[in-house]
Amino acid sequence: MTEVVATNQTILVVGGGISGMTAALEAAECGKEVVLIEKNPVLGGRVSQLYRYFPKLCHPTCGLEINQRRVKQNKRIRILTMAEVTGITGSPGDYTASVKIAPRYVNENCTACGDCGDAAETMIDDAFNYNLGKVKAAFLPSRMSYPQRYVVDPSVIGTPEADKIKAACKYDAVDLSMQEETVQVKAGAVVWATGWKPYDANKIQPYGYDRFDNVITSVEFERLSDPHGPTGGKILRPSDGKEAKNVAFIQCAGSRDENHLRHCSRICCMASLKQTNYMREAFGDEGKSTIYYIDIRAIDRFEDFYQKVQADPNVKFVKSKVARILEDKDGNPVLHGVDTEGYHRYATPHDLVVLAVGMEPSVSAANIPAEIVSDSSGFIEQDQANGAIFGAGCAANPLDVNRSVQSATASALRAIQVINRVARAEG
Amino acid sequence: MSIEKYTRSFLKEVEERVEEGHWVKMCMQCGVCAGSCPLGAHWEHTPQKIFMMIRAGKREEVLSSDSMWMCTSCYQCIVRCPRKLPITHIMHGLAYLAKREGLVPKNQPTAQFGQLFWDNLVKTGRVNELKLSLGMYFKDGFSQGIKNAMAMQSVGLGMMKAKRLNPMEIMGGHGIKDKSGFHAMLKKARELEDSRRKLA
Repeated sequence: MTEVVATNQTILVVGGGISGMTAALEAAECGKEVVLIEKNPVLGGRVSQLYRYFPKLCHPTCGLEINQRRVKQNKRIRILTMAEVTGITGSPGDYTASVKIAPRYVNENCTACGDCGDAAETMIDDAFNYNLGKVKAAFLPSRMSYPQRYVVDPSVIGTPEADKIKAACKYDAVDLSMQEETVQVKAGAVVWATGWKPYDANKIQPYGYDRFDNVITSVEFERLSDPHGPTGGKILRPSDGKEAKNVAFIQCAGSRDENHLRHCSRICCMASLKQTNYMREAFGDEGKSTIYYIDIRAIDRFEDFYQKVQADPNVKFVKSKVARILEDKDGNPVLHGVDTEGYHRYATPHDLVVLAVGMEPSVSAANIPAEIVSDSSGFIEQDQANGAIFGAGCAANPLDVNRSVQSATASALRAIQVINRVARAEG
Repeated sequence: MSIEKYTRSFLKEVEERVEEGHWVKMCMQCGVCAGSCPLGAHWEHTPQKIFMMIRAGKREEVLSSDSMWMCTSCYQCIVRCPRKLPITHIMHGLAYLAKREGLVPKNQPTAQFGQLFWDNLVKTGRVNELKLSLGMYFKDGFSQGIKNAMAMQSVGLGMMKAKRLNPMEIMGGHGIKDKSGFHAMLKKARELEDSRRKLA
């Protein structure tokens, strides 16, 4: 049975991505008790799935490593992975959350030696790589896994393979008898940091994401570019494994569209501008990028990054929202539309199309198990009516990493104020 | 340089005088309408270009364009528009304004058919299919009319068999009972529309 000691002076942080980790750390380093809930087996969220951050193009492992070390050193943070909040009752200073914890089938004895993975035979979709590859049914979710513990997939439980996996473990870490459980966690304040998910590209029918192998999303392109990704960092197109040296990036794939997401997702323009750098890195002058856009929104102070990409002769900008994609006989996606600088009709083939898909909240505010005020896209509004439940990061707004961290710090501060009031009242 | 260039007077005129014209300023020039239009390649100006021309005050060029007459009302542009502009309706509204201002391009077949259909319908309150068909066949002269009629012979005979085309309609055809009431209604409707759209 999982035991969680929490009081009404505890801060509950829901979501263990960059925002949740930041909120938890800021609160804990101010001396508050924190329970951090994460749905996945490991912390890090979508940031860990990026190849590089903009604008400095450093690797996310760097920023995450610092946070993981802080988490590890801080005794005030209790982490529950594979856990989801199913209900919140109570009022500011006195909440109780029901938390459902899925079985990991691996306990704290795990040293991540990998023997169980060697013993497993079944291959399952690799969620970390957006299902672009497969992993064994006993696996370490990512290289940056924290906690550094394996997971056994429920699909093999009850089979002889599971017994083989258990037998392979020298440390008695595999526990096949684990069950799903629900625990109650008390908290004075809640930071809701469940982050974002990429908009479902299948819904943008004219782009044929569901029909054409060589139409992929921007998050998948991150994995293709990563040396630790499914292609070993080679930008190969899915249909025939050919090097994709002529790539089209389509902006506002889902965003700023009354038929899809009403809001501007803010990060996609910068993400595509950043990804043109991956092309340069992979192919030098042979790597050609074309960005199809309505208007480039290099938010805030990133205009200089935009100008640098504009100066690159291998990057072309076409001011047009692509109307539809067809495929030629060689499997090349052909982009059709009319540009706005001269109103020229075009039908341009590329090796690969990357849809800069929009951000939607991972958990829409309507599905949060508490009364939450949200905007029309399901992002949490900052509102008195939310009591002491504070949205942080991409649960509250489409934000880049930098602004998510700012948002998380602000939410931690709001939660701390509630806890301080509770502490004063209790003397 | 005259200040007129910057007054956006044509945009204001469109907002006032064209059905759904107030939407024109909402266009963000993404071009999805132009790329989605099945007839787009045959238009003189694409919808987003027409909208930009309206904002740029190009009154003569817009109203004498053949673009709004090429629209087949398939509604693909409305479905796809990220800002939900009622593009089809705006196109029809612009066509109406062009007609009222006498700026329709010469011999524009859709405009000719529209006029023929309207005159045909107004006369008796019912559409006279026979006269409408003959009117279309012979619009470019007698010998062309005979050629057209011969080419369409099987369709015509089929329609007669299905009782969709009555040869006796040539005598004047059927109509509604209260023709003068119908004409009074049309007159009133036009008066209302003219005062609302400042078209009189």
